[in-house]
Amino acid sequence: MASNAVASQTGRKKVAMHDGFLKHAGFRWLKISSGIMLVCIISYIFIDVSPRHNGGSWYGYTLGTIGALLILWLTMLGVRKRAMTSGSWSLKAWTSAHIYLGLSLIVIGTLHTGFQLGWNIHTAAYVFMMIVIISGIFGIYFYATIPDKLSDNRDEMTETEMLENLRSLDRQLHESAQPLSAEHATLVLQSLEQDPFGGGFMRRISGRYPDCATRIAQADLRRERAYQPKMGGDDPLDKVDALLEKKEATLARVRRHLRLKAMLQVWLFIHVPMTFALIGSLSAHIISVFFYW
Amino acid sequence: MVGDGKEGDSKRVSDKYRVVIIGSGPAGMSAAGRAAQLKLKHVLLEKTDHLSDTIFKYQKGKHVMATPSQLVLRSDMDFDAGKREAILGTWDEQTAGHGVNVQYNAEPVKIEGNEGDFTITLKDGGTIKAETIVMAIGTQGNPNLMRCPGGDNKLVQYQLDDPGEYYDEHITVIGSGDAGIENALGLAADNAQNNVVTILNRSAEFARAKKANVKLLMEAKENGKVDVRNETTPAEVKDGELVLETRDGQETIKCDRIIARMGSAPPRKFVEECGIEFTSEDREAYPKLSPAFESTKKGIYVIGALAGYPLIKHCMNQGYDVIEFINGNTDLKPADEPILEEKFKDLPGGKSVDEWLEFFRANISILNELSPLQMREFMLDSEPRRYGRGDVVFEKNEPGSSLFAIAQGSVAVEIDPNDPSITVPIEEGSIFGEVGLISGRRRGATINAAEDLIVVEISRTAALKLQASVPAAKRAITNISTERQLLQMFGSGLTKEDIAEVVETSEIVNVRAGEVIIEEGSEGNDIYVIRVGSMVVEKEIGGKPVFLSYLPAGSYVGEMTLIAGGYRTATVKAAIKSEVIKINGDAFKKVLDQHPDLMRKAKKEMASRQDVNAFIEAKKDSFSGVVDMYSGVANFLIDNGIGEATDVLLIDENLCVGCDNCEKACADSHEGLSRLDREAGRTYAHLHVPTSCRHCEHPHCMSDCPPDAIHRGPDGEVFIDDTCIGCGNCQRYCPYGVIRMDKVPPKKPSLLSWLFFGSGPGPGEPDKSWVADNTDPSVEKAKKAIKCDMCAGIAGGPACVRACPTGAAIRVAPEEFLTVAKLESEDA
Repeated sequence: MASNAVASQTGRKKVAMHDGFLKHAGFRWLKISSGIMLVCIISYIFIDVSPRHNGGSWYGYTLGTIGALLILWLTMLGVRKRAMTSGSWSLKAWTSAHIYLGLSLIVIGTLHTGFQLGWNIHTAAYVFMMIVIISGIFGIYFYATIPDKLSDNRDEMTETEMLENLRSLDRQLHESAQPLSAEHATLVLQSLEQDPFGGGFMRRISGRYPDCATRIAQADLRRERAYQPKMGGDDPLDKVDALLEKKEATLARVRRHLRLKAMLQVWLFIHVPMTFALIGSLSAHIISVFFYW
Repeated sequence: MVGDGKEGDSKRVSDKYRVVIIGSGPAGMSAAGRAAQLKLKHVLLEKTDHLSDTIFKYQKGKHVMATPSQLVLRSDMDFDAGKREAILGTWDEQTAGHGVNVQYNAEPVKIEGNEGDFTITLKDGGTIKAETIVMAIGTQGNPNLMRCPGGDNKLVQYQLDDPGEYYDEHITVIGSGDAGIENALGLAADNAQNNVVTILNRSAEFARAKKANVKLLMEAKENGKVDVRNETTPAEVKDGELVLETRDGQETIKCDRIIARMGSAPPRKFVEECGIEFTSEDREAYPKLSPAFESTKKGIYVIGALAGYPLIKHCMNQGYDVIEFINGNTDLKPADEPILEEKFKDLPGGKSVDEWLEFFRANISILNELSPLQMREFMLDSEPRRYGRGDVVFEKNEPGSSLFAIAQGSVAVEIDPNDPSITVPIEEGSIFGEVGLISGRRRGATINAAEDLIVVEISRTAALKLQASVPAAKRAITNISTERQLLQMFGSGLTKEDIAEVVETSEIVNVRAGEVIIEEGSEGNDIYVIRVGSMVVEKEIGGKPVFLSYLPAGSYVGEMTLIAGGYRTATVKAAIKSEVIKINGDAFKKVLDQHPDLMRKAKKEMASRQDVNAFIEAKKDSFSGVVDMYSGVANFLIDNGIGEATDVLLIDENLCVGCDNCEKACADSHEGLSRLDREAGRTYAHLHVPTSCRHCEHPHCMSDCPPDAIHRGPDGEVFIDDTCIGCGNCQRYCPYGVIRMDKVPPKKPSLLSWLFFGSGPGPGEPDKSWVADNTDPSVEKAKKAIKCDMCAGIAGGPACVRACPTGAAIRVAPEEFLTVAKLESEDA
């Protein structure tokens, strides 16, 4: 890299390692994983197993053992992440290895089946594994594309600040709604009483809240006022209107924030339970294979 | 006997007194009390009509403090912290009770004669005969004056009697000592007075004031009662306005009254006329005294503020001691003797405390001008140390901000990291370690004892105090540090003699943040060495300033024009408030011409800088957006205080998934409390500076820690030790808001029991309700200051970085972060 070259020219010996989990150590784990996949494919082609490739041959057992151990090791990322022990490990390196070695399971696992699939516990384990891997691929995609959007949307505000901002707008709305007529006040009250982020998973993940009381209140107020003559002096509705406008903008920002955060996590709701399903079916698969040997 | 000299009869030539005490402040009054107890024939002369004028003139209701707290009071008069009125009342009562002979309205104007037969002439013409004289006249009569333009304006006053008498005024208090702080607090105390009070402090820290006062001032600042302006000096007084010189430029504020409390100097003329010599020509120098407080004029003793120590407790102890000495009790040891004895007990030679003090004072050049009394005070804050031949005093790159002074022996400085045998000696009496003291950077070289060695390690606080109170010491430290810095920087076998002219012509220049020291396209061949702070180099490309590089303290700039000629090729400006040594280019050119090695080295350095410039310029043509970005990121980081950082956590928000694993890891590595707030903080171009310690070169948090619990550790980390008392000063001082005050939560169940059985709150900082449920309410736990310690002592290093799953969290030093900024820009 050019900047590294400049840095070394200026005699600065240390260049901070600053690459993400995908590029870690010059794609070290991508290279290792590709190597593993290549060896598996080539050996699959050149090793002659009679009558045909299947999980029960010595070659199949080898692939199966590698795959099963790999699955257990990949699961350990969840422990590594939470166990803050000392020592020079890096979670980034673990993530990088997790991703690329996990992807290599597609090849190892598929070759282990010898393409013999059916309606049984063995294929169930395979299917669960593929679901885990595919959900993981979604995870990689989200991790690679969402962070900058999250950062832009946040615009130096913390989540607590955004929510505090909303509460403060609500307090001001409550104040300013005091002089309003009963029906106008009801509209404002609706906005104050609604949980603006409730309504379940689909709303959270889509960011769409069709019955947002704030938006309805503002639309109704404006619609009504369009027919009313403009009064001189301070109209309390002006202030309420401006506050509702602000609240809506803030709501939109928080909803985007929650949506992006949800997307960064949603795939885990498949990835993690499916991992446990995989480990369960894998155990059943291994036991049954030995039982029927 | 009481009152028999009271009024009118001073014209009568009285019998000769055994001791005449001039001045009835704490020192004089305590001396008179002792004299009365010992039944010595004495008189206490007071120029006003009441005792202790200095304290009498304190503002009404002022709380008088009894510091230093570790010092035992030894006097016949009582004194404890309390209100001015109560203290004066006690003294009046006890003075009368002890039968002290006081003569009011008696101001001596001349002292003649010799020991055993002095004649004191009073202002009203009367004379008094004395065998010995104790001079305890203080320094208040001689305040330091404002010397900026308009300093004689009628807005300026040097005293504040009653802060309650001013209403609706903009009042500026100048001075960072106790008097200034107390005046400012007094003026701002009552909101009904509606005063706008500002206090100016020349430096960044209130080093000379009592800690409790500084704390109160910081509280007042928090509450918006007093505007505290550090690193600010008055530039000009105009009618109704005051022009200020701040670190960010000049500023004019409204001002109806200026209260200047910039200290006072001894009334030198009168004292010298009595035949008493001073330690030096400096305005703030003190009289030369023996350990028994006797001046160079036999029979005249000097105690109290005039002797160099302004604290009441000290003064009262001295009053007691001096009368004991005069009365022939030569075995009496000062009240702080046991503390010093303990300090000196491991030194070889078995000298007494007084002998050691004199030994250090005489052998160490920067201490030469201290009085024995100041030496005592100084040694209370410093540590004497001994080393055997060959012992390492400190290693290169060790952090440390203390100053070492060589009392006996000499040391060898390793100047070549690759070859420890190449050394430069530093001789007896000199100092070392001053670079750490001044710049806050790590030690520049390893220092060994060349022979058996006795040194005094002077803590940063003590060194600052020494420089503030002894101007000669400040000058000596500055000169030595300039010389050393040049020698160390240019190396290549230069000697002191080679650069004597360079040092002679150099000057130290204070630079405000953003101030330009070298302007692109201008003429000049001076070289600037950055002593404190840091600089940024910019070049105008295509009409826009483009960031070229960052220069930390200890580097130099400006050599290109000197070597290659022509105009300045780039603009250099201060990233933060800095100090530079300006070196005359012609003088330095001579040195370069005489030393081809040095010339080669300088040329090499220059070539590398030109490479960077060329690289940026070349990039600019092809990817102007990239270079703009690089400039923008660099400027953003400098604006966010990274210029004074030594190690800072940055988060690349192109990678951060917001999992907060960094915070969880931090909490789990440190007693369950996170020391960083990932989400808070500024962001530019997806580069985020979270709220987390930057481990500043000169940590603001250290400026006033009462138990002195904040230190810099072996890896450069600034940490708080267990002696924290939870006062919150550091939190108030930190401009980046990275210190939190909290209680340590109870211990959590293990990770596995959480994973399998769901017990406990899980990884990270436990929530408040769990903490409340699991805390034993009968045990009162104090809040303590919590901040990042860079995971010192934890193998693997900072947990926040290790625990980041995507590589978004990085820790960088300012010299490195621009590389990061460059990478960042290339990604963009």
